[in-house]
Amino acid sequence: MASISVQSNDFDISEEIVALKKGNNEVGAIVTFTGTVRDVGGTLKTMTLEHYPGMTEKELERIAAVAEARWPLLGCRIIHRYGALKPGDNIVLVVTLSAHRGAAFKAAEFLMDYLKSNAPFWKKEQTGKDNSWVSSKQSDASALDKWEK
Amino acid sequence: MLIKYFSWIREGVGKAEESLAKPSSVTTVSDLLDHLSGVSEQHSVALKERVFIKVAVNQVHAGHDAVIGDEDEIAIFPPVTGG
Repeated sequence: MASISVQSNDFDISEEIVALKKGNNEVGAIVTFTGTVRDVGGTLKTMTLEHYPGMTEKELERIAAVAEARWPLLGCRIIHRYGALKPGDNIVLVVTLSAHRGAAFKAAEFLMDYLKSNAPFWKKEQTGKDNSWVSSKQSDASALDKWEK
Repeated sequence: MLIKYFSWIREGVGKAEESLAKPSSVTTVSDLLDHLSGVSEQHSVALKERVFIKVAVNQVHAGHDAVIGDEDEIAIFPPVTGG
């Protein structure tokens, strides 16, 4: 059963790994993915993440359950932040544990691909001059194709 | 029914949610979008580009052809951009 958090506060990757792995010495592989706020042109002041409370948690739990049914995971943790973030801040964390690396690597990538296309979050970028909602990318939708089999 | 709006659709409509008694003309999400588009100029503009409009019915992703009822929570939003 995956552990899901949708929160405004930051997370500590080391603490999350320790808490997830605790007491489980069958674990032989730990994969983590962290997504952070990018500032490509040096103009970003704030990135604000809006989400749909209630549906967000349900959707992340649904995606995690699919991953757990597909790969032999020994642990799964997803944290996604919302609210006003600054360049360099953490946005999302996925941690997967398994006996061997293959399952943990694949499940982490799967979780991120599905999260990007299904979890109800919307990013708004605020520069000094204007505010604009980030557009969805076709590459994110295409990333799902490789899992459809 | 409870209608919720997110992101630029919320800003365009000018409110985060509104309650509505299901009109007799509304059977599907698509019918609801047609109905809401007639509510105000802001609704009409915000809901114009149907290809960019995603929907969830009772917090589960749904298509524009989904059948909806008076007790449903319908969320209307652009494609998601989390992660």
